[in-house]
Amino acid sequence: MILEVRNVTMDFGGLRAVNAVDLQMKEGEIIALIGPNGAGKTTFFNCVTGVYRPTHGDIYITPPGAQTESIKGLKPSRITHKGLARTFQNIRLFPNMTVLENVMIGRHTRLHAGVLGAIFRDRRTKEEEERVIYDSYEILKKIGISQWVNSQAKNLPYGAQRRLEIARAMASEPFLLLLDEPAAGMNPQETKDLEELIVRIRDTENISIFLIEHDMSLVMSLSERIYVMDYGKLIASGTPSEVKNDPEVIKAYLGEEVRA
Amino acid sequence: MISIWFIFLTFPIMVMKVNTVTKTVVWRWHNIALIGIGTFVISTVWRLALERSQRERRPDEAVHHDPSSPAGAEEPAHPIIARYRTLLAAAMRPKTKKFLIAAFVVFVVLFPFISSLYQTSIMITALIYVMLALGLNIVIGLGGMLHLGYIAFFAVGAYTYGILYRFFGVGFWVALPIGAVLSVVAGVLLALPVLRLRGDYLAIVTLGFAEIVRIVMNNWTSLSNGPQGIGGIPRPGLFGIPLNLSQVTIYIYFLIVTVVAITIFVVHRFENSRIGRALVAMGEDDIAAEAMGVDLTKTKVIAFALGSLWAGIGGVIFAARTTFINPASFTVWESIIVLSCVVLGGMGSIPGSVIGALVLILVPEYLRAFSDYRMLMFGAILVIMMVFRPGGLIQKKRKAYTFDVSTETEVVS
Repeated sequence: MILEVRNVTMDFGGLRAVNAVDLQMKEGEIIALIGPNGAGKTTFFNCVTGVYRPTHGDIYITPPGAQTESIKGLKPSRITHKGLARTFQNIRLFPNMTVLENVMIGRHTRLHAGVLGAIFRDRRTKEEEERVIYDSYEILKKIGISQWVNSQAKNLPYGAQRRLEIARAMASEPFLLLLDEPAAGMNPQETKDLEELIVRIRDTENISIFLIEHDMSLVMSLSERIYVMDYGKLIASGTPSEVKNDPEVIKAYLGEEVRA
Repeated sequence: MISIWFIFLTFPIMVMKVNTVTKTVVWRWHNIALIGIGTFVISTVWRLALERSQRERRPDEAVHHDPSSPAGAEEPAHPIIARYRTLLAAAMRPKTKKFLIAAFVVFVVLFPFISSLYQTSIMITALIYVMLALGLNIVIGLGGMLHLGYIAFFAVGAYTYGILYRFFGVGFWVALPIGAVLSVVAGVLLALPVLRLRGDYLAIVTLGFAEIVRIVMNNWTSLSNGPQGIGGIPRPGLFGIPLNLSQVTIYIYFLIVTVVAITIFVVHRFENSRIGRALVAMGEDDIAAEAMGVDLTKTKVIAFALGSLWAGIGGVIFAARTTFINPASFTVWESIIVLSCVVLGGMGSIPGSVIGALVLILVPEYLRAFSDYRMLMFGAILVIMMVFRPGGLIQKKRKAYTFDVSTETEVVS
């Protein structure tokens, strides 16, 4: 299990946004978390990535070739350092920085240069800087947006901005990538390209993928297992076909039959 | 329309003049005509300029939103702008550029010898503000944190020298590093409690901090001699050689030029380094930056420390130059001026901060000829600037990297 979530609960005052969620993830898997709007999916993501500290429960990760450890209560930057990278539901790029710089920021946690190194520009800092420029450009090529390398991020077309978010997350060399609605606002063709990209990232980079998505065709064809959330609770989990036929899931999405 | 409004609004001030001695009202009707004509001309020019700037902006946006031309096609420009661009392009040619830089250096070196003592002295003041603007630019321009108490660190530097001299007779060269270090310490001390604040809240806390420093200096008489200030602070020495006033002014001029050059060098290198990039990212979107592995605490503390450093050094030099300091030199108004330098020059841009500070300090000096309307014109310049170039005189430009696609090796431009 590279990710193991045990009994995680998140309260905001009197509101229980995430209620006792258990979840496991194996290396190399693509899993999805779905649910109606306001079900607590993004809050759950925020708990895993350290934006919120869960009220109860614990989160463990086991990076490939490393010990299992709890990441509950760590700062987001530390969690990224440990190998979990994420994208955001509403794009959060650095709008006035160039595309390349956005990716270079993603690399931040794998670099070491400090202020003194920057000022005196010793050999190590210089080599590291050249290396990060090269690596970042390679990532842009892999994601297929290298033609915009020096454009400001805000001037990119929408689909490319979504891809840049993925590129930026990949730059931190994660073993697990958490994508929050990567296909939101995309047209069918862009969604299809995205699907190919996600599979390719998993296969060639050996990164496991955990996504939240509303686009059911994408979720059904992409994910190996699906978790369904409603009102903060997990109501079902399993393979796509199992979930599709689960009465609880149908109820959550379509409502209950009312006898007249 | 606007003219009529203005006539109406300024009527009580400009037209009626109450003679308090004879208790009569003097009507100055001729002023009405002047105001009417004046405002009409100004508003017409204003409108035309506004229209033009909007026309310029529109094709610009169209280019940026066109995904097929990410490089941005050149839009047809007004002949004057086109000529300006050609000049600029010519200036960017390496040979001309070298020549221009050489000419600039020669000018900077010769400046104190070809101009009067008064001019040199103004230039020193302006250069101190250049340093302050460069330092504040790290916090505001790069880090996007609204810092209204920057002058406090300037005060820390100045008072370090003043107090050390008063009690221990310490000289300039010893006080300089101590002042710098104390400023950094003060910067870190301020940064730690404000880590969680941003925007308006941060502005208020920093503003309060500046006032605390000023009021402490005002009231802790045994330490700082209160509002009477500390006088007779020695000017910097040059290996014990006695200098007269004009020589020492020139000496301080070169000292501050050197320090400004070092500041520019350091800030320039910092800006495109790992930490500098992280700081810019934090200013753009702190949540995303943190999710990408940027440690916000560390980055903020570094920004405050590095920003305060220059203020501290500037403060020591300021104390040495004026030989007298009191709390009145470190009011919030000074913070606002430094902030205006950064915003006017262009947030996050080094040449912007330099030019912004030079303009804001030198223009009021040279407008002394119109002493009555000096502040009025100054205000007008600021308003016009912000309407037509909201990004500042010299807008921030991120570094571009060029890649040779065929060989897959990169060349840093």
